[in-house]
Amino acid sequence: MSERARDSEDNDERVTLTHGSGGQATRDLVSGTLAAGFEDAPDSLVGLQDWDDGAVLPFGGERLVVTTDTHVIQPPFFPGGDIGRLAVSGTVNDLAVMGATEVRGLTSAVVVEANYPRRNLERIAESMSETCREASAPVVSGDTKVMGNGELDGVTINTTGVGIAEHVTPDSGLSPDDVVLVTGTIGEHGISLLAEREGIDFEAELASDVQPLNGLLGTALAVGGESITAMKDPTRTGLAGALNEMARKSDVGIEISDERVPVTDDVTGAGELLGLDPYQIANEGVAIMGVEPTAAERVLAALRDHPKGENAAAIGKAIGDYRGRVVLDTGIGNRYMREPSKEVVPRIC
Amino acid sequence: MSERNPPIDGPTGSISGSEGDDELRFRDPEKADALADRLAEIGDELDDPPATVMHVCGSHEQSIAKFGLRSLLPETVNLVMGPGCPVCVTNMPEVDEAVALAEKGVTIATYGDMLKVSGTAKSLDDVRSEGADVRVVYGTQDAVELAEDLDGEVVFFATGFETTAAPTAAVIRDDPPENFSVLSAHKYIPPAMEIVAEMPDTEIDGYLAAGNAAIITGHGIFDGLVDRHGLPVVVGGFEPLDILAGLVKLVEHVRDGDQTVENAYPRCVTRDGNRVAKEQLWDVFEAVGGEWRGIAHIPNANLQLRDEYAEYDASKRFDVDASYLREQSGSRLLHDCICGDIMAGAADPTDCRLFGEACTPADPVGACMVSSEGTCKIWHEYGGRPDL
Repeated sequence: MSERARDSEDNDERVTLTHGSGGQATRDLVSGTLAAGFEDAPDSLVGLQDWDDGAVLPFGGERLVVTTDTHVIQPPFFPGGDIGRLAVSGTVNDLAVMGATEVRGLTSAVVVEANYPRRNLERIAESMSETCREASAPVVSGDTKVMGNGELDGVTINTTGVGIAEHVTPDSGLSPDDVVLVTGTIGEHGISLLAEREGIDFEAELASDVQPLNGLLGTALAVGGESITAMKDPTRTGLAGALNEMARKSDVGIEISDERVPVTDDVTGAGELLGLDPYQIANEGVAIMGVEPTAAERVLAALRDHPKGENAAAIGKAIGDYRGRVVLDTGIGNRYMREPSKEVVPRIC
Repeated sequence: MSERNPPIDGPTGSISGSEGDDELRFRDPEKADALADRLAEIGDELDDPPATVMHVCGSHEQSIAKFGLRSLLPETVNLVMGPGCPVCVTNMPEVDEAVALAEKGVTIATYGDMLKVSGTAKSLDDVRSEGADVRVVYGTQDAVELAEDLDGEVVFFATGFETTAAPTAAVIRDDPPENFSVLSAHKYIPPAMEIVAEMPDTEIDGYLAAGNAAIITGHGIFDGLVDRHGLPVVVGGFEPLDILAGLVKLVEHVRDGDQTVENAYPRCVTRDGNRVAKEQLWDVFEAVGGEWRGIAHIPNANLQLRDEYAEYDASKRFDVDASYLREQSGSRLLHDCICGDIMAGAADPTDCRLFGEACTPADPVGACMVSSEGTCKIWHEYGGRPDL
């Protein structure tokens, strides 16, 4: 235990926003408290201890994927989406990146603050059902609670999803030489949220990329099959966090070419102004995938043919050196791509 | 949309309004490779490799780290960062004074980087969470406007080298509101470069001087340093190619044993600098000796308001007694912090046992992990000196 950890035990430690970053601080908090007493399913293929996007359980000869996600975004209505679209997309995407692109069922649990405008709830519900149609995802069960005025900030939505994966694509599936693809432009969700929240009016039209990706990833899996070795959606900790996690879990290095990563000029410009690195910013409509080199071009072409994948790009590859780390070729020299170490933007999803 | 970093034409990557823009592309990978090759050639010609060259600017380190420039350097060239982060060299008693003022009920306005820098017992961020009025400003003018909006006393806790001291001086000469005063922790870099050059654990063969400060002071300011210490100084800009080109010139001078000042940033820096800014700076401030945090007592490197402007000097306006803070204990981890050695070029962040473990940007121990110009923060962000 570090001295700092001992110091904080002496004090009366409280949960901070950093603990919600989705990075190391979150893992430390959860493994030390909430997950400490849970026992994993003995036969799980991907379980709690894997810290992946969802669990994979054997189920009558098939592989059942289960995932859950709670959404607390502020503001609940933002350019490009709202908390309803986010709540459906987030869980659908967590299923899809595990390989379960066909959603068998979603649950929706809504907690709402007393005095909340009914009209807003209607808009959220409408958006949820529209996104469910887009993702061909049925909502099969739900729950609604109301808390007192001031006991909650507006509305919070939890969704849980189940699906069947023919081929599981865990974070840990990369092998050296696998090509690393992204399905679209990076950084839009986080940058547009922050700009909206700070009241910064860029001339550029920034909007969140929030969208269900199961259709797009299903197309890729149909073309690539088992040559797609790993998938992950780079949400809270951004591209940098997701790639580092994949490198660590797969025990490979990952080499990324800066100039190949698709980022719009608007996001680059807004990021420079706000002092934010687009690589460390949340995405809600993009996935990362590892593909065996022989199938990479085929899969990339299939992604680009899909309306949600036209900006897909091969951004790098897994390598045998620098295991557990991500090396960025800046075009000038090389450096490591680091994970965000603190919560740059709280309540982003 | 277009792809990011078409390696050159980024929003800050080019200067428009001039013809032949190939010449003005500062992020051209081919030119970078050519400069790196040249640097390797010169490195091979050194009598006593490696050449250790020091830069003294957080903005240089930012660019070096962000673009991975160290991965391009040959083994014969060792590039280290010196005391180039003004927030990092602000001494604990200086922070104590601001903390004591804040605890007394005065509004403190300061740069965001300064908030988490700890004094002997606590930081401005600590007293802010205890209820003191501490505001973040982006420049001296913001602090003046804050004073105009508030009835109470506003003290601008001013940090920075010549680049921020000059605007502070301009504001003080411009008849600021009566409730405005300045607690100066401004620093003057040339004397610090002289002290660091002679420190026993620091072996420096040449300096890459900061182009932004030299815009004000002019590169003539370094003549004395060259004469007294027999080192070459090259003034460099901040784009990756500026830095590489500056390094090529600097290592050439090291190879040839030249004791000279060269201006590798002529599009911005002149020999005499900005006369108006210099006059204002020295009209308002005088250089006095003082302790630079963790490094040494440095003569003539702290900028203090002259007696003529005493009415705007917060340390004179308020009877500040911060001695009570020194009796409280700070984090015991501070004893292990090696910021001073890092800023003197005698150690790397990775030599510190706190680095990245007990000391992170989210929960910093030393000032070098606080400031965006601090070596530790930058290395934590970008990986420092990778073996890539």
